[in-house]
Amino acid sequence: MGKRLVPVRSKEGIYRRGKISMYFLYLLLSIALVISFIADRTKTYRAIKIAFKKFTKILPAFAEMLVLVSIILGLVPDSLIVHYLGKSNMFQGVLMASFFGSITLMPGFIAFPLCGILLKKGITYTVISAFTTTLMMVGFVTFPIEKSYFGGKVTVMRNVLSLFIALIVAVMTGIFFGEILP
Amino acid sequence: MKSKKLLKYAKAVGFVAYTLFLVFSFLKGFEPGKKMAFDLRYFSLEMAKILPPAFILIGLFEVWVKKETIEKHFGSKSGLRGHIGGILLAGTTVGGLYVAFPVAYSLYRKGADLGVIFTYIAASAICRVPMTIFEASFLGIKFSIIRLSVSIPLVIVSSMLLGKYLTRRGYAIRDGE
Repeated sequence: MGKRLVPVRSKEGIYRRGKISMYFLYLLLSIALVISFIADRTKTYRAIKIAFKKFTKILPAFAEMLVLVSIILGLVPDSLIVHYLGKSNMFQGVLMASFFGSITLMPGFIAFPLCGILLKKGITYTVISAFTTTLMMVGFVTFPIEKSYFGGKVTVMRNVLSLFIALIVAVMTGIFFGEILP
Repeated sequence: MKSKKLLKYAKAVGFVAYTLFLVFSFLKGFEPGKKMAFDLRYFSLEMAKILPPAFILIGLFEVWVKKETIEKHFGSKSGLRGHIGGILLAGTTVGGLYVAFPVAYSLYRKGADLGVIFTYIAASAICRVPMTIFEASFLGIKFSIIRLSVSIPLVIVSSMLLGKYLTRRGYAIRDGE
């Protein structure tokens, strides 16, 4: 338990994909900064000051999220997810997949190869869809951050709505792949 | 007020216990604890790479983009066009939900409609372009197309309803407090 199921070697190529958007981000930032600086120096300084202020304000919430992520990923390793999803019928599978997807946070380069493994183990698209969609939309670990901006009540509302959307998406996926009879 | 203070103390105690647990895990070679530390390190580094540029871009956005521009394209009169704009903006968002929240606040300050903002948040979770390409390479293009074409209409409709409901109640997004 606790080991990553995704082979390390294949990560290399995948890491690079992740880096493309990072390069894009830094490229965009550099261009924006240069243009802004040429156009108006004081405005640019003000922008950086705003950024710094906003960043330091939300930093404690980010620290909370990081601690939560590491604890949850420690308690729910990939092998556990594969084990539980592989052993259940589709109804239980969808419920369990939504549960795992809601409480965890994974970068794409771990989540999707994991889904590839699930698929090879014969787990249905319906269950995988419930897992990926809740993973993306429902954020238990991002709660501290979301709460700081939206308040607790609206955060809960948004996440519950997202959970329902994810369940509908899972059912529709099942219908389109012929796993659930319409 | 008192419960807030109590929560603060509980968090501080939890944080100390967490740190001690990680240190103990390394001293005793406790594998699950070590894995936690590695995950913490990985995600912290990732945040350290994404957040500073993201926040500077947010700062530049606040300084340069005019309120009228955002009101026109994402405001309450923008209708469905605003929601589609929100999805397109989300498609280029790096990171995920945690970057979308501060962006959402800035959009809100500049006069974006609440419904459009909720669409933007949900879309930045499900419609990021690099992520979707990556997903399709593991689960097939059919899977991604079904997922997007079912979820996007649901996201728009539910965001419109949630936005309307909250606007009526005079709800306001806060600046990360």
